[in-house]
Amino acid sequence: MFSRLVLRAAPAALRSLPPPVAVSVLHATRPLHTTQQCLAPLPPLPEKGGEVRHGLIPEEFFQFLYPKTGVTGPYMLGTGLLLYLLSKEIYVINHETVAAACILSVIIYGIKKYGPDVAAFADKLNEEKVAKALAVKNEAIKNLETAIEHEKKEQWRVEGRSYLFDAKRNNIAMLLETNYRERLLTVYNEVKKRLDYQVALQNLKHQKEQEHMIQWVEKNVVQSITPQQQKDSIAKCILDLKALSKSAQAAV
Amino acid sequence: MKLMDVKLGQLPTWLAMRDFTPGGILGALRRGYDRYYNKYINVKKGGLGGISMVLAGYVVVSYIWSYSHLKHDRHRKYH
Repeated sequence: MFSRLVLRAAPAALRSLPPPVAVSVLHATRPLHTTQQCLAPLPPLPEKGGEVRHGLIPEEFFQFLYPKTGVTGPYMLGTGLLLYLLSKEIYVINHETVAAACILSVIIYGIKKYGPDVAAFADKLNEEKVAKALAVKNEAIKNLETAIEHEKKEQWRVEGRSYLFDAKRNNIAMLLETNYRERLLTVYNEVKKRLDYQVALQNLKHQKEQEHMIQWVEKNVVQSITPQQQKDSIAKCILDLKALSKSAQAAV
Repeated sequence: MKLMDVKLGQLPTWLAMRDFTPGGILGALRRGYDRYYNKYINVKKGGLGGISMVLAGYVVVSYIWSYSHLKHDRHRKYH
């Protein structure tokens, strides 16, 4: 209770100080959740109010008088007081008394008849309010719990990171390998083409040389066959043929 | 110390101890109001006594304030 007074006095006192000092001092003097009296969570409302007898006199009065005068004490006190007020005419009976009596009787009759119904209705309204607030709170708690679930799932997923990276690494290694082999093949093909070219070149040269030489030899031979040699060779051939035909005839 | 714990002989001393500045009086009124409010009205199932005591107090106070007019309606002059 006194801390509430302190809380109210502190800002008024601090307003007189210059602002930066006030701010720094305020941080030191404002009691955060370090004192015993903590405002949150609020304690729940008491179920029933203080007891009141006959709707007018608190029960504490009866308890106060009970040790000395017993149960009838307060009633005797009330009766005596009433008689004193009436006899000394401190309470004057006039037209207002009659009016008050009528009004009070009507009020008391109304309360006795409809009191419980009104109380039940008010309780229902309160119930609904509290239920709505509770529903909101439970909703919020449920949402937060699902959020926690999702968070835990995400954390579990994070553990699988290493597998993901291994797969990626494998993929990349395979790509590199493929690329390397393709390039190797290209190199091989290029080199083979160049060597084939050289081989073909040599073959061509060889072939050309041979052809040329054959032609040249043929030409020279043909040139060297003189007409006399031609006649001689023809005669020899005829003789040979005759000999052959003779041998052939003999053989047959 | 609370009024209920003061013995009758110590009453003047206790009265002297009280804070009669306007701020103190306001504080006392505020405390009294808070006590009454939290005991009889700020509960889950409030009863009739909460407001009926306030109304009865109002009736009594207004009777006291208008007593000087009502004195003339007395049936007897001497009691």
